[in-house]
Amino acid sequence: MDWLNAIIQGVLLGGLYALFAAGLSLIFGVMRLVNIAHGDLIVLSAYLALTVTTALGLGPLLALVIVVPGMGLIGYTLQRAILNRTMGDDLLPPLLVTFGLSVIIQNALLIGYTADPQNLQAGAIEVASVAVGSIALGVMPLIVFGTAVVVIAGLQWMFYHTAIGRAFRATSDRQDVAQLMGLNRAHIFGLAMGLSLAVTALAGVFLGIRTSFDPAAGSARLIFGFEAVIIGGLGNLWGTLAGGVILGVAQTLGAKINPGYQILAGHIVFLTILAIRPRGLFPRIDG
Amino acid sequence: MPDPFLSIAGLNAHYGDFQALYDVSMRVDAGEVVAVIGANGAGKTTLLRSISGLLRNTPGEIRWRGAPIGGLRADQIAGRGIAMVPEGRLLFASLSVEENLVIGGQSGRKGPWTLARVYALFPVLKERRNQASSSLSGGQQQMVAIGRALMSNPDLVLMDEISLGLAPVIIRQIYEALPGIVGEGLTAVIVEQDISKALSVSGRVYCLQEGRVSLAGQSDTASREDISRAYFGI
Repeated sequence: MDWLNAIIQGVLLGGLYALFAAGLSLIFGVMRLVNIAHGDLIVLSAYLALTVTTALGLGPLLALVIVVPGMGLIGYTLQRAILNRTMGDDLLPPLLVTFGLSVIIQNALLIGYTADPQNLQAGAIEVASVAVGSIALGVMPLIVFGTAVVVIAGLQWMFYHTAIGRAFRATSDRQDVAQLMGLNRAHIFGLAMGLSLAVTALAGVFLGIRTSFDPAAGSARLIFGFEAVIIGGLGNLWGTLAGGVILGVAQTLGAKINPGYQILAGHIVFLTILAIRPRGLFPRIDG
Repeated sequence: MPDPFLSIAGLNAHYGDFQALYDVSMRVDAGEVVAVIGANGAGKTTLLRSISGLLRNTPGEIRWRGAPIGGLRADQIAGRGIAMVPEGRLLFASLSVEENLVIGGQSGRKGPWTLARVYALFPVLKERRNQASSSLSGGQQQMVAIGRALMSNPDLVLMDEISLGLAPVIIRQIYEALPGIVGEGLTAVIVEQDISKALSVSGRVYCLQEGRVSLAGQSDTASREDISRAYFGI
């Protein structure tokens, strides 16, 4: 029963990892941008939520109403003002700029919030649980997992059934011809980054409720996000959810064997999948 | 004389340090079909890329209805009613046939062209509307590319080598559809390798040679000797 419990907790943890990864997957899919600052933007969202909760006295879940659109706006502005200037045939300039951005965000957080670990207090819901047989399921992990499923399903629906999704796919296929259709690439890219950071805001707030964070906490989240994306297969959103779940289960099972093995087990599973299926478990089939 | 629809004056276009067009001037009046011919590398595609905004130029060198557009982005020029059928078709591979057409019309310009009209022009596309665009034959893909351009209800359509790589029977089909397209009062600039095809569908013709206009005249009166001299420079 302990093992079953570990697997179920791992699946729920995977929902959080899928939220880390969904934003990465989205912008890579639309504009081939690898965002090294993604983990730091997750942490930035957590700090924004911290400021909102202390300033307005809201709970962190209510703070999402401000933090999600706020991060979306930051994403759109960031893309239009800085990242669009680096976009081109070469993947390296945006990679380097987001690396620089990562350093800047970490240090700005250090100045603004000090290095003390913080966390977001959501109150009684943090420790609430529902019993299923002999297994206790945390209400917060269930909310996080449910949110991840809804977000992934929502993004998937948007990509294949809306005009903006069609514009994302067309721009991803051929940027120059998309311009000929009257789509302003700079604006489309801005929207993609805005959406990516809106999802990131959810991830950041859930992270802050689950565990404590400090200005340097981003890089580990970036790695978990990348691993979930790669395990699931680039450009496949449901694959990203599966990747997050696999990573989460690997970590909780590793921790079950020995608490020190938690992170290591996740990396080993990731490397094994990368070695056997370099394109991930569910790669997108390109026409 | 009324303002020309499109007027190009002294256009110099560059790819980095390489100059592809030298002092090119041409005019296109409303409702006419203008052919641009020339050997490979003469600058035909560069000319269309300049007009459509994929290649940015000095603003005043290209004027559309009197307004300088040489410095605008491609999406801004598309919004002003200039559409392009690019060489090699360049459909969106991850979009279905119908999505490729719909995205052509996403700018919302009003006019005669709708999904139904494009399907009436090319019925085979209706049968395959939900297929991936990459699963179509070359000729069908060309129909999608033309339909996609028409869906924006353009005032001017630029067609780059629409017969390239297609079987003669398909080329004939596509050119037979052309009168139905231009008959809507549409103005067209057609780049074509096949000189006799180009002359037969156009009213006027420009020939480019090594980035310069080497001939400009009426399509029906241009003599073979003049054209081959303008084409090959001998």
